[in-house]
Amino acid sequence: MAQDAALTSSGEVALPAGLKGVAGDWSADKQTFIVPWGKAMMWIFLLSDTFIFSCFLLSYMKVRISTPVPWPNPSEVFALSFGGDPIPLILIAIMTFVLITSSGTMAMAVNFGYRRDRAKTALLMLATALLGATFVGMQAFEWTKLIVDEGVRPWANPMGAPQFGSSFFMITGFHGLHVSAGVIYLLVVAWRVWSGFYDRKGTYETVEVAGLYWHFVDLVWVFIFAFFYLW
Amino acid sequence: MAYVAIADRGQELDHPHSFVTKYIWSQDHKVIAIQYSITAIAVGLVALALSFAMRLQLAFPDTFSFIDPTAYYQSVTMHGMIMVIYLLTALFLGGFGNYLIPLQLGARDMVFPFMNMLSYWVYLLSVIVLLASFFTPGGPTGAGWTLYPPQAILPGTPGAEWGILMMLGSLALFIVAFTMGGLNYVTTVLQARTRGMTLMRMPLSVWGIFMATILGLLAFPALFVSAVMMLFDRLLGTSFFMPAVLSMGEQLETGGGSPVLFQHLFWFFGHPEVYIVALPAFGIVSDLLSVHARKNIFGYRMMVWAIVAIGALSFIVWAHHMYVSGMNPYFGFFFATTTLIIAVPTAIKVYNWVLTLWKGDIHLTVPMLFAIGFIFTFINGGLTGLFLGNVVVDLPLSDTYFVVAHFHLVMGVSPVLVVCGAIYHWYPKIAGRMLNDSLGKLHFWLTFIGTYAIYFPMYYLGILGLPRRYYSNGVTEFIPDSVNSVNVAITTAALFVGIAQLLFVLNLIISLRSGKKADGNPWRATTLEWQTPDTPPDHGNWGPELPTVYRWAYDFSVPGADKDFTPQNEPPAGQSA
Repeated sequence: MAQDAALTSSGEVALPAGLKGVAGDWSADKQTFIVPWGKAMMWIFLLSDTFIFSCFLLSYMKVRISTPVPWPNPSEVFALSFGGDPIPLILIAIMTFVLITSSGTMAMAVNFGYRRDRAKTALLMLATALLGATFVGMQAFEWTKLIVDEGVRPWANPMGAPQFGSSFFMITGFHGLHVSAGVIYLLVVAWRVWSGFYDRKGTYETVEVAGLYWHFVDLVWVFIFAFFYLW
Repeated sequence: MAYVAIADRGQELDHPHSFVTKYIWSQDHKVIAIQYSITAIAVGLVALALSFAMRLQLAFPDTFSFIDPTAYYQSVTMHGMIMVIYLLTALFLGGFGNYLIPLQLGARDMVFPFMNMLSYWVYLLSVIVLLASFFTPGGPTGAGWTLYPPQAILPGTPGAEWGILMMLGSLALFIVAFTMGGLNYVTTVLQARTRGMTLMRMPLSVWGIFMATILGLLAFPALFVSAVMMLFDRLLGTSFFMPAVLSMGEQLETGGGSPVLFQHLFWFFGHPEVYIVALPAFGIVSDLLSVHARKNIFGYRMMVWAIVAIGALSFIVWAHHMYVSGMNPYFGFFFATTTLIIAVPTAIKVYNWVLTLWKGDIHLTVPMLFAIGFIFTFINGGLTGLFLGNVVVDLPLSDTYFVVAHFHLVMGVSPVLVVCGAIYHWYPKIAGRMLNDSLGKLHFWLTFIGTYAIYFPMYYLGILGLPRRYYSNGVTEFIPDSVNSVNVAITTAALFVGIAQLLFVLNLIISLRSGKKADGNPWRATTLEWQTPDTPPDHGNWGPELPTVYRWAYDFSVPGADKDFTPQNEPPAGQSA
C-alpha cells in the first residue's frame, strides 16, 4: 500500500527510487506494475515471442553447422547491381534503413499521442505503416529475385546448402508475417486515433502498446540481419 | 495521469442476458473454465480407452485382432500426447486456472475476457483436429508422443501420410490457444488483484498456476518452432531435421539436417511441460492439505520460493531426456547436476506437506484422501527420478518400463490424483451441490491401490530390461515367462482403475441434480472463492463491492480465535470492514 500513502496532493503517485521501488512494486497489493493491462500483456507476449524467434535463429545456426555442403556467401547472394559492379547487401541495407526509420516515426507518434495531438499521431502512425509496407514490398522483391532469377527453393539451392533456402524463407517469412500483421494493427489503431475513439476513451495508451510491438519487430530484424546476412 | 488499479475503480460490468452469451459464447471466466474442463476430461477419456488397447495387447498378445502393430503404436502416441497436453495442461491451466485465479484473487474476471473466450474455442478446434486424425487415410500418427524425426515423417511409420500433419497442426493451434489464455492468467495475477491481496498473500494454488503459465509461455515457443519446421520437412521437402536417409532401399533427397536439433527443441519444451503440469498440482495440493488438516501450510514463503526455483531450474535440465542420444560427456555432467539440484526445492515441498499434516486436525474427506494419496505417489515417482537423472544409471534403464513407471507415477498419476481431489473440493462451489461421499471414497481407493498395482511392478519389469513401446515381447532369453503373468496382473488392475474413473464421471453427473445442497463454504476454508455472496458465484463474482483482504490464506486454528478458520477478507479484531 506504499503507493497510496505516497499520493501527492495533485493525485500523482510518487514512486520510491531504485531497488526500494522495485521491492515496493512487487510487494504491493492490487497491481505489480503501474501500467495499463494492455501494456503489461504486450510485454509478456513479446517475451514469449522472443523465445519463438530465438528458437528459429538457433535452429538456423544449428543446421548451418550440421550441413556438410558449403554455405553460400550472403554478400554475393544478396548483392544487387545498378548497371555497374554489384554492391553487396545494398537492398538489405535499404530495407533495414526503412524499418529503423519507421521505429523513429512510431516513437514520435507515441509522443504526440501523449500530447493528445490527434492529427499528428494518426499521420505519424500512417507513415510508420507505409514504411512497414515498403519493407514488406522490398522483401517480396528480394524473394522474387531469389526464387525466379536464381532458382533458390526451400528444399534446394543451386548455390550450395539447401538449408540456406529453407532457413531464409522460414525466418524472413515469419518476420515478414509479423511486419504485415503490424502494418494492419497500426492502420487500425491509426484509424481509431483519427476518428477520435481514444479521445472519447480518455487515453492514448493503445498507441504506445502498438508501438511496443512495432519496436520489437524492428529489434528482431536487427538480429536476423546480423545473424543471417552478416555472418 | 497515474494509472488507477481495477480494485479502486467503480463497477463497470455488462451482464450477458441470452442463453448463448451466458453459456456458449461466454466471456465469463467460470463458464470458460467449465468448458475447458469438460472438453479436457472428454478427450482424456478417449486417451484412457487407448491405454486399454495397449494393456490388452501386452497382457494377451495375439488375442485381439483389432490391435495390430499399427493400432498399437497409434494408441501409444495419441495416449501420451492427449494425456500430457490436451488433458493435463488444458485442465490445470484452462480449467482450474480460469476458475481459481479471478476468484482467489478477488477479481471480477480475467483482464481480457474476449481473448479468454477465444482461447477456449481455438483449444476446442485443436482437439477436433487431433481427433479428426483418427478418421484420415492411414489414421493418426504412430511416431511415439515425442514425434522424433526422421521416422515420424517417413513412410513406414503409421500415420506418416495425414496423421503427423494433423498432429503438428493441432499442436500449433493448441499453442495459439494457450498463449491467448496464458497471457490473460499472468496479467490477471500481476495486475488485477483486489485491495490487500499482495503476491505473498496469494493462495499457493494461484502461485502454482501462475508459475506454470509463465513456463508455458516460454516453453511452448520451442514446440511451436519445431512443429513448423517438421511441417516444412514433411510438406516442402526441406531438411531441417533430415539427415541423409536410406528409406525402404532408396536414398532420399534429404540431407544435412539435424535430428538431434529436434530433440533439443522438443525437450526444451518437454521438460518445462512436466512442471507446467506439476506446479499447479503442487499448489492445489498444498491448499487441500491445509484446509482439510485445519492447519496453516508449513513454510508458506519456502513453498512459494520452491515453486519459483523449480520453474527457473526446469529450463536448464532438458537434455537429461537425451542421455542416450549421444552428447559430450561434460554436457551429461552438467544436466545431471542441474537435474539433481531440482530435487532440493521439490524435497522442501514434500517435507512441508508432511509437516503441514503433522499434529493437524486431519479430516479424512475425499479431497484429503486424494491429497495424501498424491504425496505417496509423488514420492515414489520422484525418488525414481533421481535414478534416471544420473547418466550412468539412466543408460541401462533408458527406454525400459522403469521410465514408464517413473513417468506415470510422477507426472501421470500424481497430477490426476490432485485433479480428482480438487474437483471433489471445488465442485460444491462450481455446482452448488456436494459430490457423493461414498462413491468418492470408492473412487479413491480403487484409483490409489489400482495405480500402485499398475506401476509398481513396472519398476521391476524395467530393471529386468523389458523395453517400452514394444508391440510384443516375443521369445527372448532375458525376458522370463513371469513377465507375462505380471503383465496380465497389470492389465487387470488397469481395467479396475479405468472403471473407477467412470464411477467418478457418473458421480459428477448424478450429483449435479441429486447431490446434497452445499452452502457457500462447506469446508470452512479461508480463501476468497468460498466467501462469494452467491454459490455458484454470479457473473462478476462479488456483487457491488470487491472484497478486501486483511491476512494470508492460511489462518486455520489460530490460538484465541473464536472459530478454527479466519477468512482472508475478515478484518482484524477491533476493526470493522
